[in-house]
Amino acid sequence: MPPAGKKPTLPPAGKKPAGLPGRKPAGPGGGKKPSLPMGAGGDGAPAGLTRKDFATDQDVRWCPGCGDYAILATMQRLMPELGVPREKTVFVSGIGCSSRFPYYMNTYGLHSIHGRAPAIATGLKASRPDLDVWIVTGDGDALSIGGNHLIHLLRRNVNVQLLLFNNQIYGLTKGQYSPTSEQGKVTKSTPYGSVDHPFFPVPLALGADATFVARTMDRDPKHMQAMMRRAHDHQGAAFLEIYQNCNIFNDGAFFEFTERNTKAHSAIFLEHGKPLVYDNGQRGLRLKSFALESIDLSTGKWSVDDCLVYDEGSIELANIVSRMSWQKDLPRPFGVFFREDRPSYDELVQRQIDDVTVRRGEGDLAALLNAGNTWEI
Amino acid sequence: MAVKTQEKTVREIPEATILFAGDSGDGMQLAGGQFTLASAYARNDLATLPDFPAEIRAPAGTTYGVSGFQLHFGSVNVRTPGDEVDVLVAMNPAALKVSLDRVRKGGTLIVNADAFGKRDLDLAGYNQNPLEDDSLKAYRVVRIPLAKLTHETLSDADLDKKTMDRCKNMFALGLALWMYSMPIEPALEWLSSKFARKPDILEANRRVLKKGNHYGETVEEFAVRYEVRPAKLKPGKYRAILGTEALAMGLIAASRKCGLPIFYGSYPITPASEILHELSRHKNFGVKTFQAEDEIAAAGAALGASFGGYLGVTATSGPGLALKSETVALAVMAELPLVIVNMQRGGPSTGLPTKTEQADLLQALFGRNGEAPLPVIAPGTPGDCFYAAFEACRIAIRYMTPVILLSDGYLGTGSEPWLIPNADDLEDFTPSFATAPNRTVDGKDVFLPYVRDEKTLARPWAKPGTAGLEHRLGGLEKEHETGNVSYEPENHEYMVKLRAEKVERVAQDIPPLEVFGAQEGDLLVVGWGSTQGAIETAVDACVARGLRVGAVHLRHLAPLPNDLGKILSRYEYALAPELNNGQLVRLLRERFLLPVASLRKIKGLPFKAREIEKEICDMLGISIA
Ligand SMILES: Cc1ncc(C[n+]2csc(CCOP(=O)(O)OP(=O)(O)O)c2C)c(N)n1
Ligand code: SF4
Ligand SMILES: [Mg+2]
Repeated sequence: MPPAGKKPTLPPAGKKPAGLPGRKPAGPGGGKKPSLPMGAGGDGAPAGLTRKDFATDQDVRWCPGCGDYAILATMQRLMPELGVPREKTVFVSGIGCSSRFPYYMNTYGLHSIHGRAPAIATGLKASRPDLDVWIVTGDGDALSIGGNHLIHLLRRNVNVQLLLFNNQIYGLTKGQYSPTSEQGKVTKSTPYGSVDHPFFPVPLALGADATFVARTMDRDPKHMQAMMRRAHDHQGAAFLEIYQNCNIFNDGAFFEFTERNTKAHSAIFLEHGKPLVYDNGQRGLRLKSFALESIDLSTGKWSVDDCLVYDEGSIELANIVSRMSWQKDLPRPFGVFFREDRPSYDELVQRQIDDVTVRRGEGDLAALLNAGNTWEI
Repeated sequence: MAVKTQEKTVREIPEATILFAGDSGDGMQLAGGQFTLASAYARNDLATLPDFPAEIRAPAGTTYGVSGFQLHFGSVNVRTPGDEVDVLVAMNPAALKVSLDRVRKGGTLIVNADAFGKRDLDLAGYNQNPLEDDSLKAYRVVRIPLAKLTHETLSDADLDKKTMDRCKNMFALGLALWMYSMPIEPALEWLSSKFARKPDILEANRRVLKKGNHYGETVEEFAVRYEVRPAKLKPGKYRAILGTEALAMGLIAASRKCGLPIFYGSYPITPASEILHELSRHKNFGVKTFQAEDEIAAAGAALGASFGGYLGVTATSGPGLALKSETVALAVMAELPLVIVNMQRGGPSTGLPTKTEQADLLQALFGRNGEAPLPVIAPGTPGDCFYAAFEACRIAIRYMTPVILLSDGYLGTGSEPWLIPNADDLEDFTPSFATAPNRTVDGKDVFLPYVRDEKTLARPWAKPGTAGLEHRLGGLEKEHETGNVSYEPENHEYMVKLRAEKVERVAQDIPPLEVFGAQEGDLLVVGWGSTQGAIETAVDACVARGLRVGAVHLRHLAPLPNDLGKILSRYEYALAPELNNGQLVRLLRERFLLPVASLRKIKGLPFKAREIEKEICDMLGISIA
């Protein structure tokens, strides 16, 4: 027999190819300085951290003018206020422009695969309930390829925050329509207009039995930060849809709701215990049978007392108000649609393990191996 | 029927194979399982082959609804479930029809004579009653009115006909136990615990079991009964073990020995579900089991848990592995430990869900986009699933890599006596998580997530929660050492080779291969996975014929053991038998540039030792009848 074939030569351990990694490579993204852990760290005390401590040394690579910048800035500003140590915070994302987010947060992070962030985050949070887990996803990522994982994350009520950057377009793949794009949308993949019926993420989340459902917009940092904070405060899966402008492939998709000249009469901000009033107090919403009606508060016919008082604990109201998005004559709602308390998945998993362990005692490997009928030879 | 009590002759035999076959609803798996237990009690060596239809309740009486349980037991080494059946217990014509070709000429057929009516024969596709023509004349046929005898036994019991009917497998079991002088007590004990809350059912089953046992003693058809003496197994403490059970225990043992709790993500699929069922029972070991919405989520969640510092494990079969591959590739890139168990079954697509095959080897090795090598290991016997699972976890953690464990349907459902390992003897492999910066850059202490261990090339594992080591992982190409996103051409090529080299380094942990049979000579059989028993039995037979034949069985398919080439060079010929269309053989030919011969069987069934023996003899120019 001939001698065995020679093993292919492989790079020796630790030896770097010429010019690596010190040399500045030409391609985009290469040669970045290693990320330096900033701030005090060590004792885990977040005290004294600032917005800057949550930024990484990586260049942010979204298109100039992209709504993602505002979301990132808001998050970095919020972080020090939440009081969670940096090392306890994890951002998990899928794939898409939006999903680059973790690279820019100086926390732990995992930029995973398209659509799967909710699944990965479920495993992370179920095994490490002590971590503060945020999911960042896009409308294609969360609702198209990852739709399945999204609904199951919500129904299980995994204690994480999920931020859905909805730009009603596939940004990273250069502008195809998404599951939230309006019917008739002309894109590269739909030159004659899309015939797909879109859905709205909020009713979908409610349908999946989410325990916290809210919507905000990239152009209103104050509201956005308030919503992020509320999402964070919620024990359980918090679903936050963020209207995000993709100025390259879907510019102005939400301008009607976000820009100063139209915002007042196109957007309404839900507040628990407060009447549904908008258009600078000129208009309100009242419940007429199972539908909502916009009423004019300026003529004297109607007053604020006629307006529906919002109750974020009511799934019925949440369902009605979330469906409003389809009605052209009604304003688009923002704020917390729904919130309820339900034990979280990660909590239940741990509780069950603790219960079984109390009942059966800590597992004993030798006993397990020797269980059942045994015999000596 | 002449019934008289008489003393029966007891004849000692070295080994025997029995097959219980009947309708899916006839309780054949149960009868087989209990016979196995009794055989284990009798200290026999044994191997089993349960064989059941994919349909849960296929139409009664049809050939595709036949469920079988084959058991080979002996006082000698038993490594396969038996090439030929000595005794077939057939509960209906369909079972007879499906199983007859497994019975040796001269073997015994115990048939349930009550189930050979016109309708039963039609359903099985018999034009004539085989009990009435001479188609069975090569066999010894024992007709027993199983249903009638069962009903008679229970005539005074307050049970409906259907419930009585369901006891008839106990009659068959009782009789079979008697035939081989096996103890009846284990089955009685088992019944007591199984039907503890249904005293009348318990009593009925006990009575029928005893009646069957007594029946052999009293009827003339059985002039002799057999006895299989205890096997000369290695001294120690034994138990009977199923492959899936062994695998689950291997994972738990690994978890204990590395100090990390298991997170097990899985989506139900035959035959991998059994591991999920088994692990879910052991929550007091800190095992977190997650029945995911699909295989992608199962793998994803397990990887998420690994990121969090858990022992992430996911298991599946057939099509499930395809769904997991994108996540596995992320684990390759992120260099996180992850154990992926694939219980291979007949493919492609849904294929033969309840049958065994070894056709996912190349998928395990190469079935991912890009260059995504990972270690692949396979157990050789049901009991070996324990050690293979343990080893998979060890490699995954030591080398920070996903590892695929290739088991199969036969190993999963098969059982054997198992020498119980001493928990304290198992290797400790506690990982050392990174706790501090590992470099100084521009005078600052920093943590670089892709700086490597010199020996293993593993990168450090820094758990979220560790202050100062915050870092980001992901599927985009990593810059060497810093782990930053890099599209640089030189870096990519370097990283691809580095990841490959890391997997190759696993070979340094592989103990020298043990050659079974002749240490050099005419022919070396190279096998992997569940074919081990058949191969060794065949090699034994060849050695007994005076042939210089040896065998190596590969636990590690990637990387291949370093000494395999040397061993191959000690033989004139090499043969790789596989339950696929030739997969390992391609690897061997490519790696060693040798004309390794291939023996392929793709029938959803394991090899018979005889098939391998014949091939070896053919190759060596020896004719066997
Ligand atoms: C399995 C897989 N299929 C397709 C892609 C290509 N892909 C990357 S991002 C993306 C869509 C992103 O859209 P969205 O989630 O809305 O994110 P955005 O870029 O708009 O933020 C697609 C289709 C991929 N990366 N992986
Ligand atoms: S393509 Fe659109 S979403 Fe993506 S970075 Fe550019 S502007 Fe933002
Ligand atoms: Mg998008």
